[in-house]
Amino acid sequence: MAGAASELAPTKPFPRPRRAGWRVVAAKELADHLLSVRFLVLLVLVGLAAAGSVYAAAGGIRDVAPQASETPALFLRLFTVAPEERVPSFLSMVGFLAPLLGIAFGFDAVNGERSQGTLPRLVSQPIHRDDVVNGKFAAGIIVIGMILVGLTVLVAGLGLLRLGIVPTAVEVWRLLLWLAVTVVYVSFWLGLATLCSVALRRAATSALVAIAAWLVLTLFAGLLLGLVTDAIAPVPEQPTADQIIRNARLEQQIGRLSPSILYEEATIALLNPEVRTIGFLLPQQIDRAVPGTLSLDQSLLLAWPQTVGLVALTILCFAGAYILFMRQEIRA
Amino acid sequence: MAGQPAIRTRALTKRYGEFTAVNNLDLEVSHGEIFGLLGPNGAGKTTTILMLLGLSEPSEGQAEVVGLDPARSPLEVKRRVGYLPDNVGFYASLTGRENLRYTARLNGLEREEGEARIEALLDQAGLSDAGDSRVDTYSRGMRQRLGIADTLVKEPDVIILDEPTVAIDPEGVAEVLTLIRSLARDRGVTLLLASHLLHQVQSVCDRVGIFVAGRMVAEGPMRELADRLAEGPVTIEVGVEGEAADIERVLGSVTGVDRMERDDRDARLWLVRADRDIREAIARALVSEGLALRQLRRSGDELDEIYRRYFQEGEAESGRSR
Repeated sequence: MAGAASELAPTKPFPRPRRAGWRVVAAKELADHLLSVRFLVLLVLVGLAAAGSVYAAAGGIRDVAPQASETPALFLRLFTVAPEERVPSFLSMVGFLAPLLGIAFGFDAVNGERSQGTLPRLVSQPIHRDDVVNGKFAAGIIVIGMILVGLTVLVAGLGLLRLGIVPTAVEVWRLLLWLAVTVVYVSFWLGLATLCSVALRRAATSALVAIAAWLVLTLFAGLLLGLVTDAIAPVPEQPTADQIIRNARLEQQIGRLSPSILYEEATIALLNPEVRTIGFLLPQQIDRAVPGTLSLDQSLLLAWPQTVGLVALTILCFAGAYILFMRQEIRA
Repeated sequence: MAGQPAIRTRALTKRYGEFTAVNNLDLEVSHGEIFGLLGPNGAGKTTTILMLLGLSEPSEGQAEVVGLDPARSPLEVKRRVGYLPDNVGFYASLTGRENLRYTARLNGLEREEGEARIEALLDQAGLSDAGDSRVDTYSRGMRQRLGIADTLVKEPDVIILDEPTVAIDPEGVAEVLTLIRSLARDRGVTLLLASHLLHQVQSVCDRVGIFVAGRMVAEGPMRELADRLAEGPVTIEVGVEGEAADIERVLGSVTGVDRMERDDRDARLWLVRADRDIREAIARALVSEGLALRQLRRSGDELDEIYRRYFQEGEAESGRSR
């Protein structure tokens, strides 16, 4: 080794990394995810829930098929219709369970490395520090995408067999767009879980916090929303129309801070072409309206703000995790 | 070999709020040298290492590793420096080989090249049989050796080992030290060894630095540090058989002896306090009087003593400066 030479040039030719660091991290994380028990458990759980609801919905639609043949976008009904009182639709099933996917693949992303003692070793390799979070987030999105695509294809195939209706091209497009929005929605939860995994030292605490957020935002969101709205804009015993409208407007605005409500609104607009507006309507507004369906681009326009909102929330969560991780000391 | 040292720091300082973890550290390690950074827990050893790797920003001062500033070109530094963290961890569900393979890929090695290196390193670390078992079946000593193999995957110019012998059994320590020694000999890499276990690492170090409370209190080859301590008054343990009165008379006649006392636990042992090392004179006096000399030892020659005294000095000094 020539000491003097090292000042000017490396003493030996160093291989430049063939691939960016985050890709190597992502490839490893992806392999870990696919071989993990949690992957299997979630696949079975979400798969059963989705298949069950679509199966039941298909049965329900078949019974009324003769009258329903004029229904627009019948195939998509498979996903949006609640077959019975007690069985939720595919849409609400996925909307409820999908966040679990994001949480499961993100809650121990960084603190897992810390508790295993692999973080100092990982960041002392010739990669940038952000490659660690970027790679992990990318791997999470890929796994989630794989699960959701697989599931949708499976469920659509099942519906096809039970129902005997071939979806039109537009319906397929709507389904694909819905899939994309769902991936974004789950990515939000992945980002939130990753943020928890950076901020909290213990994986168990981070999982708990993420699950608590999930329950609050999905199950109790409606309840909380009502309480908050009524506190700010109370509706008296004999309300005026103004008061009611004000209350409803506020409820909608506050509700749109929640990713689950944004997602719900976006999916309804995408999967149901008969939906022409999101939110509340006054009787005057629907008076003498001719029932009809929206074209794909119009539905997309309807769902656009919600989609952008979801993307923004996802970026916010990921950026939080990213910045926090960059500023953290490597040593525990 | 002349010219650039492998590692150099100038007035390197790291503060966390009010607390100064590393205080004005000037360190130089030449190419091919084995340097032991010794100090108690919490002295700032790991903080120093993290700054050398560009994983932590210095508050003041500069570091230079293989001629590069780690704060400015961390990637190039990390490409050429292998680091074994304190309490190294591996992915428990992967095998030893898979763990090394990940490191190889992170270093951008081609598949075949990486596989060949991993095979050779597992062999060198004595893990060729265990290479395909999951890491959670490994003993601590095996993990540590796997950790050393892991630092070598990138074929570094400099290797930094943080507490490489802590928490493993004596046999494991011996194996790790043998591995370290062979590394330095065969590959001619520069080694920086941080440890609080002076006994274990001093045997492999060319030079040591004693690091207490963020400051380097002494630096040099082990022997030199011991000699430096030897200056000034010393205590000599004299093991001798015979009449107490005779012994007391003879010892008292040696010039330089301040006082003496009998050891409480061992009646044959006398502790002689002298203003300098006068072992030779004592031996001559005792033997010429026909007394049976069994043992003659300067206490403080022991490593523990060196260590304790430097640590105390260092702490006293930093206590004063506060």
